Amino acid sequence: MVDDVSQPPGSPTRKMGQAISGVATHGRMSMSFLNLEKVSKFYGSVAAVHDFDLAVEKGEFISLLGPSGCGKTTTLQMITGLVRPSSGTIIMGGRDITHLPPPQRELGVVFQSYALFPHMTVAQNVSFGLEMRKVAKTERDKRIKEILSLVHLSALADRYPREMSGGQRQRVAIARALVINPPVLLLDEPLSNLDAQLREEMQFELRRIQQTVGITTIMVTHDQAEALSISDRVVVMEKGRITQVDTPYELYEHPRNDFISSFVGKSNFLRATSAFNGKGASISIDNTPIRFNTDRREPDGKVSIFIRPEKLRLTEPGEGQIQGKVTTRYFMGSQWLVSAETPAGVLAVAVPNLGAPPPLEGETVGLAWQNADCRVLAGAAKS
Amino acid sequence: MSAAISAIKPRRLAPLALSGPTTLFFIGLVLLPLLLTVILSFNSYDYTAGIQSDFTFANYLTVLQDEYYLSTFWRTLRLALLTTVITVAIGVPEAYVLSNMRKPWRSIFLLVIIGPLLVSVVVRTFGWSMLLGKNGFVNSALAIVGLDPVQLLYTETAIVIGLVHIMLPFMVIPVWTVLQKLDPTVEAAALTLGASRFTALRRVVFPQAALGILSGSLIVFALSASSFAIPGLLGGRRLKMAATLVYDEFLIELNWPLGATIAIIVLVANLVIMLAYNRLIERQAKRKLG
Repeated sequence: MVDDVSQPPGSPTRKMGQAISGVATHGRMSMSFLNLEKVSKFYGSVAAVHDFDLAVEKGEFISLLGPSGCGKTTTLQMITGLVRPSSGTIIMGGRDITHLPPPQRELGVVFQSYALFPHMTVAQNVSFGLEMRKVAKTERDKRIKEILSLVHLSALADRYPREMSGGQRQRVAIARALVINPPVLLLDEPLSNLDAQLREEMQFELRRIQQTVGITTIMVTHDQAEALSISDRVVVMEKGRITQVDTPYELYEHPRNDFISSFVGKSNFLRATSAFNGKGASISIDNTPIRFNTDRREPDGKVSIFIRPEKLRLTEPGEGQIQGKVTTRYFMGSQWLVSAETPAGVLAVAVPNLGAPPPLEGETVGLAWQNADCRVLAGAAKS
Repeated sequence: MSAAISAIKPRRLAPLALSGPTTLFFIGLVLLPLLLTVILSFNSYDYTAGIQSDFTFANYLTVLQDEYYLSTFWRTLRLALLTTVITVAIGVPEAYVLSNMRKPWRSIFLLVIIGPLLVSVVVRTFGWSMLLGKNGFVNSALAIVGLDPVQLLYTETAIVIGLVHIMLPFMVIPVWTVLQKLDPTVEAAALTLGASRFTALRRVVFPQAALGILSGSLIVFALSASSFAIPGLLGGRRLKMAATLVYDEFLIELNWPLGATIAIIVLVANLVIMLAYNRLIERQAKRKLG
């Protein structure tokens, strides 16, 4: 009943977890739940975000990934309404929200600094959004209790933010954003203020909460591991533009250009030449006798061959496709990271820690790979 | 052994030597005169023989039983409180506006706010008496609109107007300092949770500035309660406040012991009020804001 009071007309998708069939799309049936169409933001003549197109399905977890200054946070702020787009349209649940002020968008936002109200207890922080929606006291208490138990904070309801750890504050911020049942949850670098171990833990926790509630989520991050591990799809941005939108697996295995491949995971690039051979391509790696054919049509001319360190194998000297000399080796616990100098350049190899340590620095090794694991990218490799 | 001692000694003396000058300065300029005033307040005064160096509570009894003095104390308290409340009401939003201003404007308006302090109190107060006087600007403006002139000068209203004008910077600056340090995304968070701008200010921004408001109102209250020039010039001969009363006793009645008594009572009352207020707010704010 109280929900009905707080539900403004024209926002049919306020209640999450309901059947998608209930969503009225105002005659645009092909539309996704959240649509960004040609959204741009100019500061003077500089484009912070340029022609951003994205369709987000209900319940999806999307990450905006890119280096700092790529426009990912500006994009998020345009969805929250804290920044006005210079052009383009944002449509949520069939409603144009491009120029709606933030309070009327009713989105759940988790800020990088958490932005908790320092003068309020955890319960009061969570309660704030409900009070703004004029939810009755008993209903409010019930929902605060539910959400705090979801984020495992029931015992700390009366603490002030400054009395809590970073991870706990993070949970409060998530609870505060979720308690108002927003149609979309927006996370701005939610884990960047946590230490490494906690970050990994919270990452899975975030995914658990997101899946429990089933809420459409957009997360901004510069951490590729974070984006890969918990998103349904990743949007890679560079200089204000989208460079690739894909599932984490596709993105990792089939990066579209060398920016993505080097930003997402570690990679090796080899200079090579590619020529069409009637069926696929004949690839020859510079400075080496290595030649192989591919089945797919590849770019012609100067190309870079991209291969992941874990797809390379160390072999006995004399075996494998190429010979090299170990220059460095780092022990990472679950694996070794070995660099080997080869005629084709320095190659990084990830060697799983299976008990036997890899060869020492200065020793000669062979390197082997499967040609199918190589990706051919247009343009000469930088290194 | 002796080398070790001589190495330690200057170190031990250093804090004393460093704080010494200030301590002497403080004792000489604040504590000593205050002590003399306290002693003076227990002396008796004779109109023919002058100050007697005896010990009596008579002055205190006189002051605390006399309707005239009590009403002046009450007025002092009332006007100081009213001034504090009004400066909070004007100064806090002013500080917020200031903290949201962009680069060149912020410094310009900060100067405008501090401006009153750059002009002598007497000059500024005469300015007010010209504005508020019988033929002053305010009454001329009223006459143009067709309203009857009002008596403003030599009223409590005039005193409060004058006090608020000079006290505003003392409220704006501490509040502004606190607001500067706040995380702006906290306010943005309130907006995304559905709060209007006004609600966000009232429930999220200003409560965080509580300690700034506290120190601002302590300064404003203390300075208002002990102000001299403004009540003297804008309140006229009739409307006395504590400081003008002390002045009268010292320089017109020449009854220094009675003047000292009033000064001590005002000082103690002021201290008690401020400490109680400080306790009340600071304890709450400390727990919340740390």
